[in-house]
Amino acid sequence: MSKHTVTIDINGTTVTKEVDSRMLLVHFLREELQMTGTHIGCDTSSCGACTVLMDGRSVKSCTVYTVQANGRSVKTIEGMESGGALHPLQESFHEEHGLQCGFCTPGMIMRATEFLEKNPNPSEEEIRWGISGNLCRCTGYVNIVKAIQNAAEKMQKEVA
Amino acid sequence: MNGPKTSPEVGGIGHRVKRKEDARFIRGQGKYTDDVVLPGMLHMDIVRSPYAYAKIKSINTDAAMAIPGVHAVITGDVLKQYNLHWMPTLMSDTQMVLPTDTVMYQSQEVAAVIADDRYIAADAVEAVEVEYEPMQAVVDPFKAMEPDAPVLRPDKEGKTDNLIWHWETGEREATEKVFQNADVVVKENIYLPRIHVASIETCGCVASFDPAEGKLTVWMTTQAPHAIRTVVALVAGHVGLSEEKIRIIAPDIGGGFGGKVPVYPGYVIAIAASVVIGKPVKWVEDRSENLQADSFARDYHMGVELAANNSGKMEALRIKTIADYGYTDAAANPSKYPAGMFSICTGSYDIKTAFTEMDAYYTNKPPGGVAYRCSFRVTEAVHAIERIVDVLAQKLGRDPAELRMQNFIQPDEFPYQSALGWEYDSGDYPRALKLAMEKIGYDDLRREQVEKRARGELMGIGISSFTEIVGAGPSKDFDILGIKMFDSCEVRIHPTGKAIARFGTKSQGQGHETTYAQILAEELGIPAAHIQVEEGDTDTAPYGLGTYASRSTPTAGAAAAKAAYKVRDKARKIAAHLLEVSEEDLEWEVGKFYVKGSPEQSKTIQDIAFAAYTNHPEGMEAGLEATHYYDPPNMTFPFGSYICVVDIDRKTGVINVRRFVAIDDCGNIINPMILEGQIHGGLTQGLAPAMYEELIYDEQGNILNGNFMDYLLPTAVETPKWETDQTVTPCPHHPLGAKGVAESPTVGAPPAIANAVVDALSHLGVVNMDIPITPFKVWQVLKEKGAAA
Repeated sequence: MSKHTVTIDINGTTVTKEVDSRMLLVHFLREELQMTGTHIGCDTSSCGACTVLMDGRSVKSCTVYTVQANGRSVKTIEGMESGGALHPLQESFHEEHGLQCGFCTPGMIMRATEFLEKNPNPSEEEIRWGISGNLCRCTGYVNIVKAIQNAAEKMQKEVA
Repeated sequence: MNGPKTSPEVGGIGHRVKRKEDARFIRGQGKYTDDVVLPGMLHMDIVRSPYAYAKIKSINTDAAMAIPGVHAVITGDVLKQYNLHWMPTLMSDTQMVLPTDTVMYQSQEVAAVIADDRYIAADAVEAVEVEYEPMQAVVDPFKAMEPDAPVLRPDKEGKTDNLIWHWETGEREATEKVFQNADVVVKENIYLPRIHVASIETCGCVASFDPAEGKLTVWMTTQAPHAIRTVVALVAGHVGLSEEKIRIIAPDIGGGFGGKVPVYPGYVIAIAASVVIGKPVKWVEDRSENLQADSFARDYHMGVELAANNSGKMEALRIKTIADYGYTDAAANPSKYPAGMFSICTGSYDIKTAFTEMDAYYTNKPPGGVAYRCSFRVTEAVHAIERIVDVLAQKLGRDPAELRMQNFIQPDEFPYQSALGWEYDSGDYPRALKLAMEKIGYDDLRREQVEKRARGELMGIGISSFTEIVGAGPSKDFDILGIKMFDSCEVRIHPTGKAIARFGTKSQGQGHETTYAQILAEELGIPAAHIQVEEGDTDTAPYGLGTYASRSTPTAGAAAAKAAYKVRDKARKIAAHLLEVSEEDLEWEVGKFYVKGSPEQSKTIQDIAFAAYTNHPEGMEAGLEATHYYDPPNMTFPFGSYICVVDIDRKTGVINVRRFVAIDDCGNIINPMILEGQIHGGLTQGLAPAMYEELIYDEQGNILNGNFMDYLLPTAVETPKWETDQTVTPCPHHPLGAKGVAESPTVGAPPAIANAVVDALSHLGVVNMDIPITPFKVWQVLKEKGAAA
């Protein structure tokens, strides 16, 4: 198995490590860096539990090789707080009861982060399509949608 | 119920307290099984059978063992040396841990590889060479019952057929007599297909055996850690694992829904590997393995008959079920109830005579029979009765709401003795249905339907007025492997008036850390924010049977109240000592004892807690704590009425769920926010089997959709906007008047959806459609009836 040295900006910190060419980004995060907030829920890129941001775009990290992230920036749930303050999405998921078992939550929040960046003032329908690559088995999505709406409002106010 | 008794600061029952557990989950700091990492930990991966039924001619592990980083390849023959190749199931059947000669279903475990990391383990799985001799699989219980069918379990002495058991309840002859003399009889064959709970976290464990201490610690995805500890002690006692040296830790769990109750072979192999190798071993299954090999739900073929008189009064119910259990009965039912609580099938109706029987068969499919978010086969029972009531309404030309109202058990008839032996605790079925009809505008919808039909448009309205049976259960009838189905709470009040409470249950997303704290806050007056709730560690938590079948609030929730009462009993003595009055002179109100007629003389629970450690009466033990093991006097019977409106596209058969109103009654409500969340989720897990989910097998027993690309879980797009509300009819025998709620919607929703679709097509002569009702099925029906656009 050939090895490669990768340098990746992870949540603002530069990490350089040697990895196998086949190592998936999700395993790199979870097992090499012990950042276990990113979860694995399937083996077909269907569930979205492993969603992270790569150069600001949401990707399913079970379908990205670590070497593909070389020279890029990766943001995970662990990087969402800033200066000890929760991101509005984290706050809203709590306030709107947008999580139950919590397993899909990091992926949902990461997906919603990019979604709100592209569409800061979405309709409910747009949110539902926006998170349709992320599965939740507990909440029936009702309160996840509300949480994203609520976060959008907060973020709009912050901008204004 | 009126408003909360406690202040928002105390946060007792009835407050929308935000969840305590969220703090770690929203930060990605939850600790799930796969997050556990131990020094020197090895990884296990499993070789699985490509055939549904085959002889194993040979297993060659040489190539796998030659891969650097591979520590062991474990086969059935290896486990046989320790007599660990078979294990008992919870239903007193037997299940292979690893096979020595025959595989019984596709994706069955054949061998396990232990390696330095998961990549090497996966390589080694590919390198294990297994030679099979395939045999013709039996994947259909109707084929399994044919006289010339192969006997699938020749390991069972004297077994000459594939019948696992026959079960019946009710009065066969009396029921037959009513049917013979009835004005009207309707009968339908209803199939509830095999489905999978598919929690987003799969199953797995980290087994760590410490040779010096002789102690085994297992972090695992289990809904019932204490029961697992006892099972491990019983199964592996002969190899030296004794119960005090076994610690099961259920860390955070990413959804359970019944799928994390059973003991899967992977857990046992990982434990055996850790004991033999002396290093921690992690096993976490893939999604495909989870769907293909872990316990299924449902798979009931039901022949359902209802007898009534011409005026619509229901007189008798009869159901004959053929159940497909796969190659072993590895269901998770209370021991005395092989068909679970299926005998709740008379539902919300006053049906005086009933009989139900069931034959369970072995087939070459994975074992299981777990609940998929329902209390032991209640979904099957509710689907049968709620569908057949609509069939009767259609036959009599009656409105299905009106027919239900006519036959409901009336509010003044509780406690109600059902024909199949249950004592329903409380209910007000007409109120729930009326509220659902008002909310959705039932009469207007019926008028709209008439107009649309005249224009050739397809619109349907479906009702489901279900009654559940949850909270297992009273010790005289309910046990698993002989262990009575009580549950427990231990609460300790610290000197500063804060508390820690531990329970025998285990949350998988239900929010116990919040709701249990609210119960204790209600009964002790200590703010919920200051009550730490812990579950899942068998070394610290009191014994309990775990969380499934909506049993946590009915059992452990009641135990919390009872433990709080014990604490209060002692607190009263301490307060009397501090206030220098007799105990009888004291009155309790939230958070304090005060002297009758002199309310300014009082001691708060915090004063009392401090005194319990600093100034307790002479002769009294120090400390303030209590433990209670709660044995429920009866089951609880949540109920509700759901109404669904669908529009169907005649060109494509696509069903649009336009509206769905769910009225639930689970007795008194602990936390309305969490309750609504549970109902949203349950409704979505009711939608899923009604419209999307089914595990499909071909005639050779190959699973055709054993991954998330092919097994469709509803996304946010498929899921409609649920409209929910509640009525409150308290449970008369639970200390808090609560009943349990999280499964009602999974149980109630599928027949509401099926009834709506059939209603949309009823004028074409459609009487029944089996779930999942897909656009293709609808389109086929429309084409057959000449109604496709």
